Amino acid sequence: MAAELEVLAHAPTRAPNPHAPSRPSGCAVPSEEPLIGGGKTLTQVTRDVCAPLERRPTFAWWAALCAALAMLLFGVWAVGYQTATGIGTWGLNRTVGWGFDITNFVFWVGIGHAGTLISAVLLLFRQKWRTSINRSAEAMTIFAVLCAALFPVIHMGRPWLAFWVFPYPNARGSLWINWRSALLWDVFAISTYFTISLLFWYVGLIPDLATLRDRARGWRKKLFGWLSFGWDGSGRTWSRYEMACMLLASLATPLVVSVHSVVSTDFATSVVPGWHTTVLPPYFVIGAVFSGFAMVLTLMLIARRVMRFEDYITVRHIHAMCKVLVFTGSIVGLAYATELFTAWYSGNEYEMFAFENRLHGPMAWAYWIMVSCNVFVPQLLWLRRVRGSMVAIFVISLLVNVGMWFERFVIIVVSLQRDFLPSSWSSYCPTLVEFGAMVGAFGLFFTLFLLFCRFLPMISMFEVKTVLAPAHPKEHA
Amino acid sequence: MKRRHLASFDDEHALLGAIARCRAAQLDVVEAWSPHPVHGLDAQLGIPRSRLPMLAFAGGATGLVLGTVFQYWSSAVDWPIDVGGKPFDSLPAFMPVMFELTVLCAGLTTVFALLARSRLWPGKVVRAHPGVTDDRFVLAAVPRDPTLPAHEVDRMLLAAGAERAWEETIP
Repeated sequence: MAAELEVLAHAPTRAPNPHAPSRPSGCAVPSEEPLIGGGKTLTQVTRDVCAPLERRPTFAWWAALCAALAMLLFGVWAVGYQTATGIGTWGLNRTVGWGFDITNFVFWVGIGHAGTLISAVLLLFRQKWRTSINRSAEAMTIFAVLCAALFPVIHMGRPWLAFWVFPYPNARGSLWINWRSALLWDVFAISTYFTISLLFWYVGLIPDLATLRDRARGWRKKLFGWLSFGWDGSGRTWSRYEMACMLLASLATPLVVSVHSVVSTDFATSVVPGWHTTVLPPYFVIGAVFSGFAMVLTLMLIARRVMRFEDYITVRHIHAMCKVLVFTGSIVGLAYATELFTAWYSGNEYEMFAFENRLHGPMAWAYWIMVSCNVFVPQLLWLRRVRGSMVAIFVISLLVNVGMWFERFVIIVVSLQRDFLPSSWSSYCPTLVEFGAMVGAFGLFFTLFLLFCRFLPMISMFEVKTVLAPAHPKEHA
Repeated sequence: MKRRHLASFDDEHALLGAIARCRAAQLDVVEAWSPHPVHGLDAQLGIPRSRLPMLAFAGGATGLVLGTVFQYWSSAVDWPIDVGGKPFDSLPAFMPVMFELTVLCAGLTTVFALLARSRLWPGKVVRAHPGVTDDRFVLAAVPRDPTLPAHEVDRMLLAAGAERAWEETIP
């Protein structure tokens, strides 16, 4: 009986805790503002998040989908033509052997990182603001990794032989793959990253798919019933589910660091001046997080407006992402400075020339676009006036995307363009086919993202429900 | 045929409070359903800590061993090939793939163990309690005294803060 009384005494109630330290009223601490605006109830969250899925698509959605599909079609033509004709349709030459294809590959892999950072790292750090944006950021990760994986495959020239990159018993020996190659590490890094991201995303979707199932009728009910794996929300399942999510987050966290580190070894393990440097893995990782957050900001600013999610993706969320952008942008600046310093301090004339060529060479414009977009532009976010304008933040996020694309272009093309022997120096001009593949990747990304917004809950309903303000009167964040 | 009593609540704190009160009133709470994870519910229901981490560790360890052994076997035993004069058993160069396979196997084990243990599979048909995937919190209670009349149990559940209480038979 005493034990029962003990339980009763500790049972949570709605009454305020008289022993809790009181805070003088009128002294609002910004981080204590509710994460979700509009004083939502649980059922309102369900209704608001499901609303875009249950009404007919708007004209804006159709228009955006048509534009994305047109871009995708252009890409399909370009890749189809290139596959049928050969990679001679690209502007590559003996000196510049990697161009738009690998630039786009590294760009898209980088974009994915913010999704994993938001869903995994911020989960481990118990950052509750992630709940409104993690679902769409994870979807972004999956679509971006998909776009990224396309480029090395089409660069193979004979994409139907892509399975040769995997170690399978074959009739040639078996002749196994070369485990010492950084390109092979990429295969394993990217496919693991894609698989874990997809699992994490889908596991996160299951409870929300059950919500959709219970709201739907007819074939939609059947479909969501099938997809929701028979989820019933029991306490035992939730308990295991939360453990599984923590485990997946802990597994995905080293992936945030490892994937782009492995991608950077494609460059760092070679002897090309400008590539052969130990700073490349952290440089790539922080750049990836930076560009990924810029893409999340771009997408979220559009989504909150178009889908009317202003109460869920609040100004507080946008500002939190701006802070991450300033922070990572500053580290990217530091990485650029370190790279220049190392080149000078090495005393190696080829290394020094590689950076001289970046700063003053024939493609110096690309280097300066990169520096201004990545280092200087995000610093504007220190200003309150800039942070107050959603348009300004949107423009900054776009510029960062542009700058980060150019970063990869500079690293790849400008380093290759002029190496040890001036007799082999060359230049590079992309062809229409290469532009087509790049535009097509954007088309694929936006097509998938638009379909995702239309058919799946863009905001994680069950996670948002756990951070609703009135339900947690005594919780200390 | 087993009988149990269900009670629904509109708030997680009401649910948690009611579980404690039910126990005091000689009702065993056997399960609870909620639209989102409720902190403290595991302890109240006496759910032991999940053993998924052990399985995940075992999966990861298997991936690590497989990755190490296979890379060594294929490059040093089955068909050793001289690549730029590097040793056949280049352990440092094998590490990225060892790491990736560790993470991959641990992740796959975690997800499949979760699905298997919670009996979740594509196409499984359930009838969730009304509103439980939206905004309702439901508990299932069984009286310790089987002779207690049903209406009495329902009354006790309502007294514990339920907005609705009803009896259910499960096959």
